[in-house]
Amino acid sequence: MNDEDDDLILADLPDDELVQQMFDDLYDGLRDEIEEAVHILLDRGWEPYNILTEALVGGMTIVGKDFRDGILFVPEVLLAANAMKGGMAILKPLLAETGAPRVGKMVIGTVKGDIHDIGKNLVSMMMEGAGFEVVDIGINNAVEKYLDALESEKPDILGMSALLTTTMPYMKVVIDTMAEKGIRDDYIVLVGGAPLNEEFGRAIGADAYCRDAAVAVETAKTFMARRHNSMATAV
Amino acid sequence: MSDLLSRRLSEGRPLLADGATGTNLFNMGLESGDAPELWNEEHPGKIRALYRGAVEAGSDLFLTNSFGSNAARLKLHDAAHRAFDLSRMAAELGREVADTAERPVIVAGSMGPTGEIMAPMGALTVAQATEIFLEQAEGLKAGGVDVLWVETISAADEYRAAAEAARLADMPWCGTMSFDTAGRTMMGLTAADMVALVEGLPHPPLAFGANCGVGASDLLRTVLGFAAQGAERPIIAKGNAGIPKYVDGHIHYDGTPDLMALYARLAVDSGATIVGGCCGTTPDHLRAMRVALDKHVPGPRPSLDDVTAALGGFSSATDGLDGPAAPPRPRRRGRSSG
Repeated sequence: MNDEDDDLILADLPDDELVQQMFDDLYDGLRDEIEEAVHILLDRGWEPYNILTEALVGGMTIVGKDFRDGILFVPEVLLAANAMKGGMAILKPLLAETGAPRVGKMVIGTVKGDIHDIGKNLVSMMMEGAGFEVVDIGINNAVEKYLDALESEKPDILGMSALLTTTMPYMKVVIDTMAEKGIRDDYIVLVGGAPLNEEFGRAIGADAYCRDAAVAVETAKTFMARRHNSMATAV
Repeated sequence: MSDLLSRRLSEGRPLLADGATGTNLFNMGLESGDAPELWNEEHPGKIRALYRGAVEAGSDLFLTNSFGSNAARLKLHDAAHRAFDLSRMAAELGREVADTAERPVIVAGSMGPTGEIMAPMGALTVAQATEIFLEQAEGLKAGGVDVLWVETISAADEYRAAAEAARLADMPWCGTMSFDTAGRTMMGLTAADMVALVEGLPHPPLAFGANCGVGASDLLRTVLGFAAQGAERPIIAKGNAGIPKYVDGHIHYDGTPDLMALYARLAVDSGATIVGGCCGTTPDHLRAMRVALDKHVPGPRPSLDDVTAALGGFSSATDGLDGPAAPPRPRRRGRSSG
């Protein structure tokens, strides 16, 4: 590249170009630049919620799409998520102050017997990248741990992950227990982790099986939109 | 060149490796969540039976029950301090079984990934990973393995760390990666990237290749990718017995022994010298593969169409060797990417 590129001054860009530049910088995982740009937009009087949805979530949507399509891989996505996190850290307290609408909240953990957490961590990062609040309850969770977390965190979504083909059936145990307690339909249940398919998701009574982290984010958004619509109708 | 694997490789015949460890141990009653490596101490008889299953089915080499016996994995079972001992026990049991076999059988000391994400994306440095692998390698060496066998790796740096551990332990080694994401490893490496990685190592493996991944078809596409790079080093093909399916409350791999026999022959024609199975591969599959390899008359290298016609379609349209799946995203202005 040439010298001109290094002299790119974010503060000199008009709003629309700055947002476009943030898309590029998120894509390239440039955390310092994202933090700087978030500050610039705040100084220009942008609502924190609009920075989140238009600039950060907008940029991560492109990253997620290219990950889904096999153009980007885990290392690039992790760097992008890290840059996003830098921007989010600035916005989070401001979002709480301004009472901005929440995108959604998810409790996620790997099931009992499974200690493989790279996939779950990726989903957490991508979900946060999409503006969701994520409560990660870690690895090797028995059904009680999930129920406790649902009770205390009151999420919209329960995410369960299992990599081993031997631990995947435990997801059904959790869903069955939720059904017994009459709380199954209070949550969107997303499962993922192993090279299985939608058929598996349906067989165990989940709302959806998510092939990868990008699909998890898209699926979560779709279900949240449906949920908002049905709530609006109910009221 | 005095190690047993080098001698067997020099004979010029394809070698049969083993099948699954996890699948077979679960069939023996291992519970989800238990560390299989603890069985080296608690149920040595079952581990001997596991090894014997492969030997009696005709395997030329088998992997020890030590995939996760590194400090990073064992710490999840509060057993991080036992990495050396559990590795050594896995190897000793293997030695015992191999030494009572009627033919030479190679004991390969399995070393799986740490499960951590490497720096700078994650926290684990190459130096730390090397230290973790070295402890496991020393345990396997003390227990008498013929060769170290690194498998299911997805990051280049983790593979480098394992190579360095093998060098420090002064042991010959083999190393395979898992190509499970659109024909690449989870961290984005293509088959060509792996060949370049392997050939650039100061202590290269005796053989390299692919294990696990998605299905038999994808695995052979990767093997063909290695061969297309002109790799001279022996290639390992250790694919899963088909694709997992959820049947009556448990998971079943849909690959039959016949399918794995066909896969074994195609693997050899694709360029592999060491052929085995991975998840879902039982002694029944291995017996069929043994017969197939023994009877096999080498044929021309199969095309990708030959592979899909025999074993089914690929999981992704490309494996990254013909360039990225789509043109790189155009930047509105090039910020220097350095």
